[in-house]
Amino acid sequence: MDLPLTSRASAPNSTRIMASLFTPSSQTYDLPDPLPLDGGQSLEGVRIAFETYGALNAARDNAILICHATTGDQYVASPHPITGKPGWWSKMVGPGKPIDTDRFYVICPNVLGSCMGTTGPGSLAPDGQPYGLRFPVITIRDMVRGAMALLDHLGVERLYAVVGGSMGGMQALSLSIHWPERVARVLLLATTAVMPVQNIAFQEVGRQAIMADPDWQGGAYYNTGRAPDAGLAVARMAAHITYLSEETLSEKFGRRLQDRDAKSFGFGADFQVESYLRYQGSSFTGRFDANSYLYITRAMSYFDVVDERFGVGHTARLSEAFAGVTARFCVVSFDTDWLYPTAESRKIAHAVNAAGAPVSFMELAAPYGHDSFLLDVPALDRVITGFLSR
Amino acid sequence: MNRIMATLRPDLAVIAGHVAAGAKVLDVGCGDGTLMAALRDERGCDVRGLEIDPHNVAECVGQGLSAIQGDADTDLALYPDASFDYAILSQTLQTTKRPDMVLEELLRIGRRAFVSFPNFGHWRVRSDLLWRGRMPVTRLLPVGWFETPNIHHLTIADFRDLVAQRGLKVEGAWYLNGDSLISPAMANWRAEHAVYLLSRG
Repeated sequence: MDLPLTSRASAPNSTRIMASLFTPSSQTYDLPDPLPLDGGQSLEGVRIAFETYGALNAARDNAILICHATTGDQYVASPHPITGKPGWWSKMVGPGKPIDTDRFYVICPNVLGSCMGTTGPGSLAPDGQPYGLRFPVITIRDMVRGAMALLDHLGVERLYAVVGGSMGGMQALSLSIHWPERVARVLLLATTAVMPVQNIAFQEVGRQAIMADPDWQGGAYYNTGRAPDAGLAVARMAAHITYLSEETLSEKFGRRLQDRDAKSFGFGADFQVESYLRYQGSSFTGRFDANSYLYITRAMSYFDVVDERFGVGHTARLSEAFAGVTARFCVVSFDTDWLYPTAESRKIAHAVNAAGAPVSFMELAAPYGHDSFLLDVPALDRVITGFLSR
Repeated sequence: MNRIMATLRPDLAVIAGHVAAGAKVLDVGCGDGTLMAALRDERGCDVRGLEIDPHNVAECVGQGLSAIQGDADTDLALYPDASFDYAILSQTLQTTKRPDMVLEELLRIGRRAFVSFPNFGHWRVRSDLLWRGRMPVTRLLPVGWFETPNIHHLTIADFRDLVAQRGLKVEGAWYLNGDSLISPAMANWRAEHAVYLLSRG
């Protein structure tokens, strides 16, 4: 299989996404009021697409908010409407699973700026045209503001827990600091309180790949019949490498050649790992909007929970950001995750501890790199079950 | 207190019995959380743990306890001054790289510190060394010299010297042989275990 980077034989993928954007399969909530944003603007007509599982009990105290990662979506435990694949965390969420939907009311919204039904750069602005780059730059806290508006609408005053991995963990952290009275437990997986510079650098590579694609057209590609699929695929390929461990790459691919006995002395996908990355890149363009990728990675690059609390240019320490926070925390990292390494999780744990809130922290052994939180790590199942049990 | 005494390891029972109710406690080397659970459930304490083994941390989390995976030799530095009423170090002092520094850290973080350790001066240990000429393997020191986590063996007399040298105040001392408390007389010969309550004085 020697896949080209993208296929342009059919209509550009991102255009097909836009067709599905306005007929979301999940529930939606249209915010009655404009959403104030960290950038100073406010956004009118915000729609949040979300999925729920289980039922809210009479005391309304069994709700768990799951925050998804960069290119995740609300389909945490139900099939993805475009790819048909099972929900991205269906091993963790469901009846009798660690996040037990027989016991908990699970809410998973699609984040602001994304492209699975929630308002983002591909949505129509009040003038009837897609926002494109007219969409305001958003932050992690802005995503959480959207989620909090949804919780108000669903009648959830105080969450039993907020749960998130990677960018989902950033949202969970932001929620715990800015809405401390609204959550009792905070479960953070493979995440950070401050975006590390190495990750800012990787994300800039991804954004530049998109913007270097002539089909990006300054972000105004929605009605042109062309979309920056090649750029988005490169962005995804680069990011995908950062999600995996050296061990995974070596075991899965090594230096093995793809469907050939010898090197081709050309630029086809000679190596299995090249073919794999090309496939990951091109299949991603079928389910994700390039501008959403720009906005969401921007929000992550900006993320600094101390900045969020005290403003840019502060001299406060991380522990001061947790002043007044009373929720019980559980912070988990993975030993092969070099994108959000254990040191970042340990910093969170000791900052929460110094602020006086109860916190557990552990580094689990798992071979899969950053993606470990999404994959089969039995120890993680036990930790989540235990943390949510009481 | 009787219920605690009945179910806990003897040195832990001594500690649990002498921690003030409702106190804020850091258990350094908290293991699977046995003492933390007792302090929370029987004494109403606000308890946190530090533990090197992630499986033990997971055990603690499963009981609703809060424990941070970390190493007493390095991670105590991350805890703020005087943030706990008590810091507890049970059966862990002899496993640290620098027991003297760990002791100083305990009394920086906690207003008081409970320290328990196996006594290498016990007569059976001495006789093993004297008559067999080999590093002793006993009930409380069950692992051979090459794989034991206990890298700084000490006696009660050694500990008393360190405490005096650092100008620390002994607020309480308990000595255990088998599962029973014994008198302080000849403790360095007779006690398998010692538990000390220290403060800055």
